[in-house]
Amino acid sequence: MQDIILELDSVSKSFDGKKILNNFSLGINRNEFITLLGPSGCGKSTTLRIIGGFERPDEGRVLFDGRDITGLSPDKRNVNTVFQKYSLFPHMNVEENIAFGLQLKKKSREYIRDKVRYALKLVNMEGYEKRSPTSLSGGQQQRVAIARAIVNEPQVLLLDEPLGALDLKLRQGMQRELIKIKKEVGITFVYVTHDQEEALTMSDRIIVMNKGIIQQIGSSKSIYDEPQNAFVADFIGESNIIDGIMRRDCLVEIQGAKIPCVDVGFGKDELVDVVIRPEDLVLVEEEEGYLKGMVISTIFKGAYYEIKVRVGEYEWMVQSVNPAPVGTMKGLTILPDNIQIMHKPHSADAEVSKEND
Amino acid sequence: MIKRKNINKRAWFSSPYIIWVVGFTVIPMLVIFRYAFTAREGGFSIENVLALFDPIHFKALLFSLKIALGCTVICILLAYPMVLAMRRLNLGQRGFALFIVILPMWMNFILRILAWQMILSPNGILNFIVQKLGLQPLAIANTGTAVMIGVVYDYLLYMILPLFNAIAEIDEDILEAARDLGAESLTIFFRIILPLSLPGLLSGIVMVFVPSMTSFVISDILGGGKMQLIGNVIEQEFTKSANWNLGSGLSVTLMIFVLISMAFTMKNDVEGKKSAIW
Repeated sequence: MQDIILELDSVSKSFDGKKILNNFSLGINRNEFITLLGPSGCGKSTTLRIIGGFERPDEGRVLFDGRDITGLSPDKRNVNTVFQKYSLFPHMNVEENIAFGLQLKKKSREYIRDKVRYALKLVNMEGYEKRSPTSLSGGQQQRVAIARAIVNEPQVLLLDEPLGALDLKLRQGMQRELIKIKKEVGITFVYVTHDQEEALTMSDRIIVMNKGIIQQIGSSKSIYDEPQNAFVADFIGESNIIDGIMRRDCLVEIQGAKIPCVDVGFGKDELVDVVIRPEDLVLVEEEEGYLKGMVISTIFKGAYYEIKVRVGEYEWMVQSVNPAPVGTMKGLTILPDNIQIMHKPHSADAEVSKEND
Repeated sequence: MIKRKNINKRAWFSSPYIIWVVGFTVIPMLVIFRYAFTAREGGFSIENVLALFDPIHFKALLFSLKIALGCTVICILLAYPMVLAMRRLNLGQRGFALFIVILPMWMNFILRILAWQMILSPNGILNFIVQKLGLQPLAIANTGTAVMIGVVYDYLLYMILPLFNAIAEIDEDILEAARDLGAESLTIFFRIILPLSLPGLLSGIVMVFVPSMTSFVISDILGGGKMQLIGNVIEQEFTKSANWNLGSGLSVTLMIFVLISMAFTMKNDVEGKKSAIW
């Protein structure tokens, strides 16, 4: 399964003396949907621009099929980009926009016509050939931008927050379509987003980035269920992150309560970060819980209630299908499986960043 | 209805300008038209209007066209690289570059032309430098070249400004998208930058071509009176020959000529949908 098409080898990049990427290495497999996920300023867009050839790394190499393309300009790379702002050519109609790349490759008129038609069908925009991009909605423009890129049959398609400007409903629709398009054309997608839900929905593999450093690489499920550090846990989904002490294997002490878990291999009495997802906490009668606290707010969120329970100084967030009256005392329990124990970060780089709040 | 009332209420705001235009443009134009269609001895005549096509006047017209076309082309060739370079600058640097471009225009028009006369004259600054370099002195003064230098110097700004406005508006993303799709720099210029800057270019052409075609002070001073542009001919009819009828006739024909060329440019402009200045 190790069939690497694109490789970043120890890439570093600074802007105005500020290090955006720091010794960044990454291998991208052929035909995978890989997502670079992180808060703004984490270096994900810079990574994409280095792959596309718009930025030259200060150090390190970019390898394409094992060949060094670090110094190659964008027009000479077999990579195409879908830009965040669509960036369609306003003086050309939809058909001319899509045909642009093929014309430069001196393809025959018939070939171009067939290709344009195929690409428009792929993005569900048949019949829009003669329309001006300025007369299209944001979603339609983005479809045209995708068609314009994939019509060139790149081996790797780069997508720089392509759905960022669309509203929620449209975005969800486009996510499904992108997966469909990806399956149909069978090329590698490198996708950049700060939207964790988007990343979880579409990706084969997610690279969580912060401050120019990879925080975690893994499938959607492993990133969500087993975050490797507090940053990932905080950035992906809602989390309760609290200090704990590992009393022995499979037993963690949180707020004075000893709670069974499944984690082993920590030092005795080691200080750890404990991550518990709000949907994994169960509200029970006061005396049945590991922890006891008072309900301080209950908010209806549609599919569930978001309930805050104060235990000592900490407010636990709980998601529950049943409401709990504010002011009542409740107990909290949790299954051992659902407790995620992490080592405390050793460096500032791995610390939780609040930039995105 | 309400909307229309609002517009009408504001309409009288324009009255000072309308008085100005009527008094100093419309009425004088009517007077010129009247002179143009009247023989010097009195009575209706179209002789003066057709006089532009007399060989002697036509020669001046052709020379004017040559100067105007040459000036426009040179201005385009000078302005595009300049404007493309300015595009790369940050906001503060852009302001400074524009300041440098506009700076000469804060000096009196006649003074600027007289300065060029001093530079280009046989014993002027240019030849002083050329001779210091051990080269043959140049005989530029009082030639078409001198006139061309003068008009380019004077009107270049009117090419740079609209062109800069149009090019500054082009999103960097669009150029990156073109490069991403495989376009080299030259292709990007001809297929993206040029068509997108067309409205500015057309504005620039109108603002350079028309005044350089009708100018007479520049050719008078830098041409040493030997270089007759159609503007010089008209001026002389009004002053030296005191033949207002012929002067008006030539003016009217020239004006029609200019209007036609402008209409042509404006038509393209409208198709381009937006324009930098017009």
